[in-house]
Amino acid sequence: MTPRIHIRGGRLVDPKSEVDAKRDLYVADGRVVAAGAAPDGFRADHTIEAAGLVVAPGLVDLAARLREPGFEYKATLESEMLAAVAGGVTSLACPPDTDPPLDEPGLVEMLTRRARSLNLAKVYPVGALTAKLEGERLTEMAELADHGCVAFSQANAPITDTQVLWRALQYAATFGFAVWLRPQDSYLAKNGVAHDGEFATRLGLPGIPALAETVAVGTILQLVRATGTRVHLCRLSTAEGVAMVRAAKREGLPVTCDVAVHHLHLSDMDIGYFDSHAHVVPPFRSGRDRDALRAGVADGTIDAVCSDHTPVDEDAKQTPFGESEPGATGLELLLPLALKWGEEARLPLARTLARLTCEPARVLGIDAGHLGVGAPGDVCVFDPGAHFKVTAGALRSQGKNTPYLGYELPGVVRCTLVRGDVRFEARS
Amino acid sequence: MSANPQLNAKGGLTHLLTLEGLPREIITHILDTATSFVGVTEREVKKVPLLRGISVFNLFFENSTRTRTTFEIAAKRLSADVINLNISTSSASKGESLLDTVDNLSAMHADMFVVRHAQSGAAHLIARHAGPYQHVINAGDGRHAHPTQGLLDAYTIRHYKKEFSGLAVAIVGDILHSRVARSLIHALNILGTPDVRVIGPQTLLPTGVESLGVRVFHDMRKGLAGADVIVMLRLQNERMRGPLLPSAQEFNKSYGLTPDKLALAKPDAIVMHPGPMNRGVEIDSSVADGVQSVILPQVTFGIAVRMAVMSILGGS
Amino acid sequence: MQLPDAETLCADLVRQLRPHVTPETGMVGIHTGGAWLAERLHQELGFVVPLGMLDISFYRDDYRKSGLHKSVRASKIPFDVNGRHLLLVDDVLYTGRTVRAAMNELFDYGRPETIQLAALVDRGERQLPICAQYVGTNLTVPKGRMLRLDRDASGRLTLRIDA
Repeated sequence: MTPRIHIRGGRLVDPKSEVDAKRDLYVADGRVVAAGAAPDGFRADHTIEAAGLVVAPGLVDLAARLREPGFEYKATLESEMLAAVAGGVTSLACPPDTDPPLDEPGLVEMLTRRARSLNLAKVYPVGALTAKLEGERLTEMAELADHGCVAFSQANAPITDTQVLWRALQYAATFGFAVWLRPQDSYLAKNGVAHDGEFATRLGLPGIPALAETVAVGTILQLVRATGTRVHLCRLSTAEGVAMVRAAKREGLPVTCDVAVHHLHLSDMDIGYFDSHAHVVPPFRSGRDRDALRAGVADGTIDAVCSDHTPVDEDAKQTPFGESEPGATGLELLLPLALKWGEEARLPLARTLARLTCEPARVLGIDAGHLGVGAPGDVCVFDPGAHFKVTAGALRSQGKNTPYLGYELPGVVRCTLVRGDVRFEARS
Repeated sequence: MSANPQLNAKGGLTHLLTLEGLPREIITHILDTATSFVGVTEREVKKVPLLRGISVFNLFFENSTRTRTTFEIAAKRLSADVINLNISTSSASKGESLLDTVDNLSAMHADMFVVRHAQSGAAHLIARHAGPYQHVINAGDGRHAHPTQGLLDAYTIRHYKKEFSGLAVAIVGDILHSRVARSLIHALNILGTPDVRVIGPQTLLPTGVESLGVRVFHDMRKGLAGADVIVMLRLQNERMRGPLLPSAQEFNKSYGLTPDKLALAKPDAIVMHPGPMNRGVEIDSSVADGVQSVILPQVTFGIAVRMAVMSILGGS
Repeated sequence: MQLPDAETLCADLVRQLRPHVTPETGMVGIHTGGAWLAERLHQELGFVVPLGMLDISFYRDDYRKSGLHKSVRASKIPFDVNGRHLLLVDDVLYTGRTVRAAMNELFDYGRPETIQLAALVDRGERQLPICAQYVGTNLTVPKGRMLRLDRDASGRLTLRIDA
């Protein structure tokens, strides 16, 4: 039996119901039972004092790599799930690029079972679209869906054979499955490590032109027109890409998209003197692209902001830039970086939080990211005015790889509830 | 972003990683110091005792006999002890990381590292990791920089043309892959050259190259008109036939330096080439061996320039 | 502090040196003050062998502490050092370290028969066993101050004290 919890005196922000007011929240039997006035006869087992704090739905992160199975030397399920709740993330989707990839029901089963037993954040596996992610043979999507896969993806592995891509989309559409694709033409991106622009030219780094993304977006949109498949474009990075999605949505295509929170702040110049912590995929592009991504999130063209959490061990970063492993840690920086963007864009808090809660929940097709009566008891209580300094020690994730080392960011999570129970509480 | 990693707290040069961002005074100081070293080679004892007791480790992850040899000669002329490490055949192939290799060598009391690596930014990584009294000289990192080559090219131009302030300098060929071109462009701009031109087909010019401070020409005849200095870049074999270029012959037709194209430049224009040359591809033999070519003196100046760099770093 | 007239001292040095100069004697001036003095002596004494100049920046013993000198000039010895009687010329003989560096550099050009030293001023406070055979005058200079030779546009030599 989960305890009855009263979250008292906080500022309740629930983007889905457009609530932003001082309202208490009552949780029992793993669900939200009331907001504002207590239900008759409600006696709390546990009261959380939330004066001065924001009470929001637990964050829904569309991409967080947990590194299990296969990459346990980079991070483990335990460490990363703790990092998730410490970051206020209560539901997360993990990409299929584990080792071995999530292309077999047995592997998916094992992962979901392990995650459930840890009883921290809820894990929604995204299954592999093709066997071994090799881009040739379809996976048993129906089987995988039965075992818990919420969508199908290639993660960062390309499908170079467009015939296979078309057929995979058709097959997924047969069952109404969503396909998540990171748009990148592997030939145009070949050997590139940074955005192909003035900065890469200056640094002598092989470039990935914006064309690599826009050509792929164009191809995918055409295939969506032909198949009607629900497609989610992952990690947009170009201004042109955002414009193409805006037009596609206006056309009525079943397309959604997300951006990694890092790309809302950083550009190619943040590589500085070859800092491999700024080596990510897709690369940080020009200031102009970054500004277009920011505008895209503000006007809703970009549905969700995710962490793209990718723990990388320091050895793999302490190499020359082009040889370093791409990726940045993100679970604990998702909320602060999103808040920072929201402040700079002068948006109401509910608008900012929508991109982290009800919108990604809608893309995933799960009941999450909102605090209406009957909603799952997944809550994130945070202090919007407190700041924290990004240091290796401050991060619970085993991935300390971040371009934000030394930055001071707003938004400190005080308490996180999952399934109506407290799963994280900050030490005061 | 952090302070310039090449300069110490007093603003003196402690590593030479790239010419980009260096104050003009530092570059001029290196060129002036190099002038005094040119005379050393004419003496009976071709050495000065400046770096006696200092260990210079040549860390070449990319093979290059000529550059490594000039650094070795330069270091020995300064009385330094020189150790040559051809990493491409030893520890890296055994899987030892770049930084582990550097740490092992530091434990053997290396004072100065001369590094050549196939990856851009390798020298920066080593410098970030270096101890307080260690100095790193970038002998070429990927496409990014080859600062001593840029300096010796600038020295050569100064030797023959005296002033940079009125010059038109044309750099021809595969700019996209060239660290030599990037370093020379930085040097020329810092030294106040008003007209720096790059000449090549679109496939061999990097995105946004104008932002480096150059004028772009695809027509070599137009690009060479009135030039005072012509720098021909080597075209790598792998690039001659593929998605970037169809053949060496076609490249020579449009972008090779032939006597008739040379005639479009000023009559006293000098011809330079960082070497090694592909005769008949980027440059015709008659031009390479002709009166306007200063390709051989470039090599002598290279030793003096490297001696200057090492002596300035060694004393910082 | 009252400084002696450099021109007078120079004339005195010329007088001291004249009996000892032969057609084969080589003179070498040490940049910068010694070089000016050497130019004057070389002309007045009618040397046959052309004048040599040394920049000792690469032979100094304080390189590790102070780094390379800001402006380095090229050394030039336009005669064969081997077996020759040399006259080394400097403006102020002080600790002796400059002369030590100059001698080391000369030996890298060849093996001289003898080296003698002429200085306009000997201010004492030697730190090495070095002495000058020909001296214009001995002078005590306040501790920590530098005594320097200047040459104006007309070529007139004067002494001054730096802080």
